[in-house]
Amino acid sequence: MEFLSYLISGISLGSVYAIIALGYTMVYGIAKMLNFAHGDVIMVGGYISFCAISYLNLPGWLSLLLAVLVCTVLGVVIEGLAYKPLRQATSLAVLITAIGVSYFLQNSALLIWGAAPKVYPPLISGTLKLFDGQLSISYVSLLTMAACIVIMVVLTTFTSKSKMGKAMRACSEDKGAAQLMGINVNRTISLTFAIGSGLAAIAGVLLCSSYPTLMPTTGSMPGIKAFTAAVFGGIGSIPGAFLGGILLGIIEALAKAYLSTQLSNSIVFAVLIVVLLVRPAGLLGKYVPEKV
Amino acid sequence: MNRLKNMKRTTKANFATYLGVILAFVIVTILVNNGMLKRSHMGLLVPICCYIVMAVSLNLTVGILGELSLGHAGFMSVGAFSGVIAAMSLAEAIPYAPARLVIAIIVGAVCAAIAGVIVGVPVLRLRGDYLAIVTLAFGEIIKELINCLIVGHDSEGLHIVFNYNGSKSVEDLHLLEDGIVIVKGAQGTANVTTIASFTAGFILIMITLVIVLNLVNSRSGRAIMAIRDNRIAAESVGINVTKYKLMAFVTSSALAGAAGALYGLNYSSMQATKFDFNTSILVLVYVVLGGLGNIWGSIIAATVLYVLPEALREFADYRMLVYAIVLILVMLATNSPAVKNVLIKIIPHRKGEEDNG
Repeated sequence: MEFLSYLISGISLGSVYAIIALGYTMVYGIAKMLNFAHGDVIMVGGYISFCAISYLNLPGWLSLLLAVLVCTVLGVVIEGLAYKPLRQATSLAVLITAIGVSYFLQNSALLIWGAAPKVYPPLISGTLKLFDGQLSISYVSLLTMAACIVIMVVLTTFTSKSKMGKAMRACSEDKGAAQLMGINVNRTISLTFAIGSGLAAIAGVLLCSSYPTLMPTTGSMPGIKAFTAAVFGGIGSIPGAFLGGILLGIIEALAKAYLSTQLSNSIVFAVLIVVLLVRPAGLLGKYVPEKV
Repeated sequence: MNRLKNMKRTTKANFATYLGVILAFVIVTILVNNGMLKRSHMGLLVPICCYIVMAVSLNLTVGILGELSLGHAGFMSVGAFSGVIAAMSLAEAIPYAPARLVIAIIVGAVCAAIAGVIVGVPVLRLRGDYLAIVTLAFGEIIKELINCLIVGHDSEGLHIVFNYNGSKSVEDLHLLEDGIVIVKGAQGTANVTTIASFTAGFILIMITLVIVLNLVNSRSGRAIMAIRDNRIAAESVGINVTKYKLMAFVTSSALAGAAGALYGLNYSSMQATKFDFNTSILVLVYVVLGGLGNIWGSIIAATVLYVLPEALREFADYRMLVYAIVLILVMLATNSPAVKNVLIKIIPHRKGEEDNG
């Protein structure tokens, strides 16, 4: 029973990672860039929701909606101002710019909300008790898992069925060819950033509901972990990000419970290294042989 | 004069680099001796030297070898802690501080080189962004492992305890009465005798430059750059890709270890969390802004960008925000095709140089 509760907390944590990783993987798939500012969009989402609840006295679901809206706009603005001029530049230049954006978001948050941690009021409280109270699952965990599954299903349907989704896949395969087929590549990339940032806002609200301390650096570690999850599952692949996120969450929770609290991150990263050595393109990633 | 004219362009550039560093050292030394530097500025000198060495060594991996490494601070950390442990344990055996500093730096470099081999062998099989994420992972692993380390020294030798579940403490070292605790787990090093000096930093920079510039201009260096430019072509003319990649990577990590040892011995206490992902990124920013493969650029970028946040101190809370904006604007200005076109129009004779920049 103890194992089951650790497993569930792992899946819940993994669901948050999976939602963030979905944003990472979509942006990587289409723009071929490591968006290091993604983790900080999570933090912004958390703060927006916090402000809406504490200062405007809005209900939880409305604050979530507001956070998604603000982060979506933020994502599009960041893409337009900082990344669009660098479309033709080397990936390293884009990476450094993304780091600059990340510093910018963190320090803006520091100026606006201060360094002192804020305590986030959870969206829903209470726990579900099963097996005569031997197993308790918080409603937040259930909500997180449900949200993750819904997002996953919607995104898969969107990318495989809708016209915009198909355009996104076409752009990630070959931008030049996509443009020749009449797809507006720039708009598709902006749309990807919008979706990714909106997902980051949802992840931020869910993350803060489970771990209620909110600081300007709240997003960095989950951001790095989610990035790891995306690579773990095969970066660029949507089911891969989902699988990678969930597995990473489970490994982290079990490592914390049974092996060592101090080294839980190391264990997660060690598993990633082993997986990448056996499967260099990640679990579900496609191996693309080099053409000479 | 004739000999100077006949020299190769690269040789001239290298001599200019050495001369520039020596000149900077002489000027700063004169300023220090005449008391023209503020105390707060003097404290920056050794860290600047360390970060210059870090930037030059990372440039070897990122600029010359062409592999993105996001865990360079991990090697600095290995060097820092092994160097401090070496210097503190030898405190009685070798009372002469500069000799101890040299030994500490060598120990730091060797330990970081060993870590470099352990990391490099699996990592260099991967490519591109996958390699980047694995170096990031190794950097974080090194940080957490060192966070669990408790080390002490007494007349019986070194005592090491690995505090993997948080239950161990300094008492578990079972030190004799004359023992000293050097590393206290998550609290890091404590009561370190600070023996690092600006002169040592200068010498370390010179040694780093000699090693890196000679490597780059040697047969091995050309092989490394050939791998960067086209791995498959290099392999097909018989270059041993793994060997040369590992050579560049391990040299780079050994130099980072040396810089770490100097850095560690400059502060009386230091935590492993100092050398996290953000520090790796900081050094990467120096390298990219200085210009990939451009050693002189790395030196200048490291100096300017290390001093910049200090110079912006009057802006207090806004300084990191300003730093971020400057960083984004510089990247946009140097890489955006639109801005480049404008620049070419304003300064027509720079057109030919664009390829080099």
